Amino acid sequence: MSATDEHTASQHEEDEATEAEDALFGRPFELSGASTPRGLLGDLARDKLGMVSLVFLVLLALAAIFAPWLAPEDPNGGDLSNALQSPVWHGGEWSHPLGTDWQGYDVLSRLLYGARTSLFIGVAVVAVAGSFGILIGLISGYKGGRVDRWLMGWVDVQVSFPGLLLAMLLIALVGGSVLSVTVILAINGWMVYARMTRGVALTVKERPFVEAAEMVGCKPRRVVLTHILPNLTSPLATLAVLEFARIILAEAALSFLGLGVQHPTVTWGLDIARAGDHELFGNQWLIVYPGILLSLTVLAVNLLSSWLRVALDPQEREKKFAATATAGAEGAGTGV
Amino acid sequence: MSLADASPGTGETLLEVDGLEVQFFTRRGQVRAVNDVSFSIAAGETLGLVGESGSGKSVTAQALLGLIELPGRITAGDVRWKGESLVHDAAATLDRVRGREIAMVFQDPMTSLNPLFSVGAQIAEVLRRHLKLSRKAARERAVELLDLVGIANPSQRAGQHPHEMSGGMRQRVLIAMALACEPQLLVADEPTTALDVTIQAQILDLVADLQDRLGLAVLLITHDLGVVAGLCDRVAVMYAGRLMEVGAVDALFAEPGHPYTVGLLQSTPRVDEVTERLVSIDGAPPDLVRPPDGCPFAARCPLAHDTCTHDMPPLEAHEEGREVACWSPFAAHV
Amino acid sequence: MGRYIARRLGQGLIVIAGVTVFVFVVTRMVGDPVKFMLPLSATVEQRDARRAELGFDRPIPEQFVDFVGDLGRLDLGDSTYVRNTPALEVVFDYLPRTFQLVALGMVVAVVCAVPLGVFAARRPGSVADRTLTTLSLVGLSVPQFFVGFVLLILFTVRLQWFESGPGPWTKNLVLPAICLALPAIGRLAMVVRSAMIDELNTQYVKVAKAKGLSQTRVVAVHALRNAAIPFVTLFGWEVIRAFAGYTVVVETVFNWNGLGFMAVQAIQNNDFFLIQAIVFVVAVMVVVISLLIDVSYKLIDPRVKLS
Repeated sequence: MSATDEHTASQHEEDEATEAEDALFGRPFELSGASTPRGLLGDLARDKLGMVSLVFLVLLALAAIFAPWLAPEDPNGGDLSNALQSPVWHGGEWSHPLGTDWQGYDVLSRLLYGARTSLFIGVAVVAVAGSFGILIGLISGYKGGRVDRWLMGWVDVQVSFPGLLLAMLLIALVGGSVLSVTVILAINGWMVYARMTRGVALTVKERPFVEAAEMVGCKPRRVVLTHILPNLTSPLATLAVLEFARIILAEAALSFLGLGVQHPTVTWGLDIARAGDHELFGNQWLIVYPGILLSLTVLAVNLLSSWLRVALDPQEREKKFAATATAGAEGAGTGV
Repeated sequence: MSLADASPGTGETLLEVDGLEVQFFTRRGQVRAVNDVSFSIAAGETLGLVGESGSGKSVTAQALLGLIELPGRITAGDVRWKGESLVHDAAATLDRVRGREIAMVFQDPMTSLNPLFSVGAQIAEVLRRHLKLSRKAARERAVELLDLVGIANPSQRAGQHPHEMSGGMRQRVLIAMALACEPQLLVADEPTTALDVTIQAQILDLVADLQDRLGLAVLLITHDLGVVAGLCDRVAVMYAGRLMEVGAVDALFAEPGHPYTVGLLQSTPRVDEVTERLVSIDGAPPDLVRPPDGCPFAARCPLAHDTCTHDMPPLEAHEEGREVACWSPFAAHV
Repeated sequence: MGRYIARRLGQGLIVIAGVTVFVFVVTRMVGDPVKFMLPLSATVEQRDARRAELGFDRPIPEQFVDFVGDLGRLDLGDSTYVRNTPALEVVFDYLPRTFQLVALGMVVAVVCAVPLGVFAARRPGSVADRTLTTLSLVGLSVPQFFVGFVLLILFTVRLQWFESGPGPWTKNLVLPAICLALPAIGRLAMVVRSAMIDELNTQYVKVAKAKGLSQTRVVAVHALRNAAIPFVTLFGWEVIRAFAGYTVVVETVFNWNGLGFMAVQAIQNNDFFLIQAIVFVVAVMVVVISLLIDVSYKLIDPRVKLS
């Protein structure tokens, strides 16, 4: 989806471009002993931002999963007699800790249920688009030749589509719902996975041991499973996390425009739009709360992915260490 | 007649390196790449700095011009150019000296030139910076310099970009660039390692020739003893970041003092001898993160004894013009 | 060079063809455009009549041929939202205002991102660098419509420095431009930073320093020019992304009546032909911008062989 397409695709395309230029001088996609789970967690503990982000996301996910029990009331319940109550710290009551909006809906409940929708769609789209993209990428990279050219041609064409506009058009025709938004975002977003997977497959395919395996008579499927897939986990993890952030933003944007998830399903984007229409000159906090939560969520995901990227790549870790270890020693006695 | 036969330059001391120490801070620990290194270079003389990969010679060269970057740092010692420090409070001095009085030619001609600018422009740049020449004058001088280093069709070549030239030609361009402002010291870091053998010879002849003409002092860093023998007046042998031996080339090669030097010379294959096996020194250089207390060569040295593993021998003057860092150097055994 | 442009144009045409086929397939086959066009209360007869009128009841292949023929004549139907005006004409009426938004937005983005990225790259890992990196991440994490609202609340409602809606650019375009620029600044600053870090580690930059060139010259001339290559790629994508979607959101929040704003209006008013026209025009623009990016490489990098 080229519209709210982010850091992901750009970062990845950038990597790809650099790799192409270096003509395999750059780092091969290889996990060289950097990532035992314990080692990873240890690293995470040292990167405070990453740690905080992870904790935040875990809490949010838990809140979303347990929303029906945690929410004070039904997000679409509430009546006008309860309208526009203030949050607790402005003199409101604990029955509506974050207050209510002009229709009497409880803000906290809507935030919790909104989290469910956003997180669910994020995970679903990544799963669907990812699976399809990886499949195409594997076929394309492994088979090569004409199959590769056609598949990548298709990827190139679809990548150039004006994503948001097409999504808007499709949803307008088909109607907005969690299902339609998921499917359409997946249709718009599988290409990154395909390109990345193809890249990895190509790199691995060149290795002598693959040739040897084929000569011995290993079936393609076996080669794929045992050799290509393990090398895929690291870049895939980083990519998936970035895409997750992008999808959350995309869904919010669509819902904001009224072309995403519809009432009565609850989502943050929709709430921001409604509040924007209604309360721009009034109770502006009704716009701000869902917005801040949405921003924090995406920020946490991005911080996590940024950390992940460094942690899974030994070269990056070395660079990071070098930078922080000598940050205090900049230029001492060496002139410029 | 090679330059080594003439008497070494007995001009003023231009460069003095005094107890230089360079460390790199990595995840694995602190690497002491250069450890208490001291030497000097006089006007017009050629000093060869020899050692295997990882001995610290390139780092030493880069430290001279303050080119050590994070994660590395000069942690002790000094480098003095005509008496002025290039390490302490040296920003202004370095600004003046770099490219103008001391020039450097780096190891890899393929990556040493900016691919986006023409070769002539990159030479002219130095001229305009230091000699304040006008664009036109700088351009013309650049062409002259290309001619000086033996590039055919210099005016046409000046407008070309690095990727349009061969490795040997690029190296000549780098030399031209270094000599543009007629420096007094040329630091050449493995100037021929990345090149063909035939081109190597040409480049070395070029350097010798230019030295004759311009009276240049040269610090030549290399692992190739043959190159040293042909071009240098004196030679310094480095190992694991330390200086092992320093002396006049012919004398040192004829009668080496340090066991490591002996090993180096023995392991250099000679064209005029028939040998069945190549000789090498057993063992490997020490881990520079945890350098041994004593002499770094002790583990591989056939003459090592107890003191060697505990105390680092100082670089001491033995006979005229020779310094050796060894508790039991060869001369003593003779 | 001419041959290269011709070839890329050819590729571009394929993309445009792909988009049109996609739009065609999707609109005729997946949804029911007539249902979309008429109000919910329309009867079945009214729908059928409209369908016949527009030829939507004929077999798909026939429709497609007609469709392509119409395209060739640049006839994309008539807008219903803007009465009795060819859809394409409506698009071109509103396009300039989107251009203004994107132009100002991208200028702001570049002017902010480049210095930030260069500054961060000079001392990677330092406090300044990490702050800038985190700020960049914040910039590209916050949803644009929310940023828009915050800006609106602060600067139009409370401080009243600016206004929303169409108007002179000093009063009405500054905020939307900033809003559009913010995530772009985040992404571009990161690219500049990483490209500059790579550049400052190259051998030729070290050589430039050894030559005694001033730090300013080393950074601004040697390093920056090389860093421009990945920067141009990413910048091109930002422009494309802006046209292809971000302007829709920003224009809606600020009521800036450009093409994006019209797109939403068209959908809300069931103006099928207008939406189709907008999608088509935007697809063409995306292709053209891609081509411009590729051509610009040649200007920056003499090594590039475009054949």
